[in-house]
Amino acid sequence: MTIDSVRGAPATAATAEPEPVQLLTPEGERVEHPDYPLELTADDIRALYRDLVITRRIDLEAVALTRQGELGLWASLLGQEAAQIGSGRALTDHDMVFPTYREHGVAWCRDVNPLNLLGLFRGVNHGGWDPAEHGFHLYTVVIGSQTLHATGYAMGIQRDGVLGSPSAGAAIAYFGDGATSQGDVNEAFVFASVFNAPIVFFCQNNQWAISEPLEKQSRIPLYKRAQGYGFPGVRVDGNDVFACLAVTRKAMEAARTGQGPMLIEAYTYRMGAHTTTDDPTRYRMKAEEESWKLKDPIERVKAYLTRGDLADAAFFDGVEDEAKAIAADLRKGCLAMPDPEPLSMFEHVYADRHPLMTEEQEQFAAYLASFEEEVAS
Amino acid sequence: MTAETLTLGKAINTGLRKAMENDPKVLVMGEDVGKLGGVFRITDGLQKDFGEERVIDTPLAESGIVGTAIGLALRGYRPVVEIQFDGFVFPAADQIITQLAKMRMRSLGALELPVVIRIPCGGGIGAVEHHSESPEAYFTHTAGLRVVACSNPADAFTMIQQSIASPDPVVFFEPKRRYWDKADVDVDSSDWTAFDAARVVRPGDHATVLAYGPSVKTCLEAAAAAAEDGRSLEVIDLRSLNPLDMDAVAASVDRTGRCVVVHEAPVFNGYGAELAARVTERCFYRLEAPVLRVGGFSTPYPPSRLEDHYLPDLDRILDAVDRTFAW
Ligand SMILES: Cc1ncc(C[n+]2csc(CCOP(=O)(O)OP(=O)(O)O)c2C)c(N)n1
Repeated sequence: MTIDSVRGAPATAATAEPEPVQLLTPEGERVEHPDYPLELTADDIRALYRDLVITRRIDLEAVALTRQGELGLWASLLGQEAAQIGSGRALTDHDMVFPTYREHGVAWCRDVNPLNLLGLFRGVNHGGWDPAEHGFHLYTVVIGSQTLHATGYAMGIQRDGVLGSPSAGAAIAYFGDGATSQGDVNEAFVFASVFNAPIVFFCQNNQWAISEPLEKQSRIPLYKRAQGYGFPGVRVDGNDVFACLAVTRKAMEAARTGQGPMLIEAYTYRMGAHTTTDDPTRYRMKAEEESWKLKDPIERVKAYLTRGDLADAAFFDGVEDEAKAIAADLRKGCLAMPDPEPLSMFEHVYADRHPLMTEEQEQFAAYLASFEEEVAS
Repeated sequence: MTAETLTLGKAINTGLRKAMENDPKVLVMGEDVGKLGGVFRITDGLQKDFGEERVIDTPLAESGIVGTAIGLALRGYRPVVEIQFDGFVFPAADQIITQLAKMRMRSLGALELPVVIRIPCGGGIGAVEHHSESPEAYFTHTAGLRVVACSNPADAFTMIQQSIASPDPVVFFEPKRRYWDKADVDVDSSDWTAFDAARVVRPGDHATVLAYGPSVKTCLEAAAAAAEDGRSLEVIDLRSLNPLDMDAVAASVDRTGRCVVVHEAPVFNGYGAELAARVTERCFYRLEAPVLRVGGFSTPYPPSRLEDHYLPDLDRILDAVDRTFAW
């Protein structure tokens, strides 16, 4: 064994991959896990399937809209549907989500109109929904920042004195594998731990941070980092919607009852490009993508439903049709989305009228009007 | 002379390559700079040719990138750091402002930190938030840093090499929407304009227009349009923002008597405020009108569908020129 002077010892021993929590195999077989019992009715499972399919369809439509120039950019969640739907459906109305820019599936679970997600990527707003109404904060583009906000929010819940009561909620912060390198994320871990804050850190390890594979961020499995901060960490099969649901439910419940933070590493894969401007052929092998295709998060639920006679062709067709209709609506809504008024730039910068905003707005209004006069004369 | 037609992006790439060939201590580091060649491909091919020890894909942490670059520089290396987008330099602001900028002075000159921080900056590419900002004023406000902005391929090629050679830390702004602009670059000559010198990019007599980075091209277009109306604008590309080539600026304004400053950053407390104050002090008796500033509004950078309104364009520059003549 040679030791590379720059990169250190080979990582093999330290990173022997642990088994993630799994409740549904890639073949669609139900398995049990002693720590995560999960009872789901056929209706529950069909509902999860519907969420998965619709989320994927929304995502595909957004990618298509980007290719056609209707959006400036889109961060696709392809492959990560189970991680997002499983965790998203584990939440209650009292919980608060702090997403990155890729949590379209969680947004769906929080009843955020998908059209509102497009606004940011189309460039008509910086986030077009009311976070409080949905228990779903604005998308955060700066990597890792939201984990501290989530921690502070959780500290607020703690100070409200509601933990353990039926109205207790907890915070859940989403972030990627790359984000775990950021100072902010590590500081969030420290704060959450020290204050025993009611927060779940939900890391979607999709194996890539743009072109950088996980080895560039960590020498140990990410969930193990939690131990060093003083709270539990668990790795879950991120392509298994059942497991993601069960693990997140348990972690959130623990947080809501005052047992403190937890890190969930959802082990998954970014099937698409980082965003629509990225070209993954420059840095990763087709074979890797192909191998993950066999672990598709939707196919395994479909196999389970089919095998157990829990759904028939009419159900699957119905979901397909519904997803198509939602995508068509989304497209229509996107095309009809007006550009914002130029003068709106000066709004909402401060709570009250602000002399500089007013001055620049008035000057700009006069400037714009001068063109209309020119046209008129 | 070996003239090659290069895009601005390729010119930086070529300059980086030359610097790495000439000095084995030069390192490139940042997010996705290796195999991908950076999201703008500015470091394309460098890892392949210089290896992973010199072209380093770092963990995703800007404070970490700049902080370790400081340590590498203390150990004799010359790190060239790529910040992926302007809006992501802020996690590194502490390392840049409290550490990088001050170490020479704190060590009474014993320590040298030849670190270059490359920042693709400015708007106009239809990006989502934090990808279109012009944070130069934060850094020109910080003593101990040199701050430069290139506007064209030839300068990009030479200025990146001069920045790497500089014994002081340099914040190097790259106008991202001009990355694809092409021009002939003499890749062999080392007869370079001084690192600190501004350049008259279009001579004129009636008013001076001061610009840097992405705005230079817009100002040249404005000057061409103004010429049709019989107005002769002198456009100066400042190139170096700190230090500022005030003699070149004053010489021009003393001749023209009028001055318009253009940048993409918000006008309020922007770099143009410093220019306006200094021009007023140096050229007070020659000025026919106050120095006027054209820039981004003093709001957060707007959603991209509004950026054409936010960014100073030809019309807004000409409007300011009109106002300076109407004074
Ligand atoms: C502070 C900061 N630095 C750099 C970027 C540019 N950037 C956007 S996404 C990304 C990779 C993120 O990877 P990861 O955290 O694994 O999440 P993923 O995109 O894979 O979901 C980078 C470097 C950014 N948005 N914010």
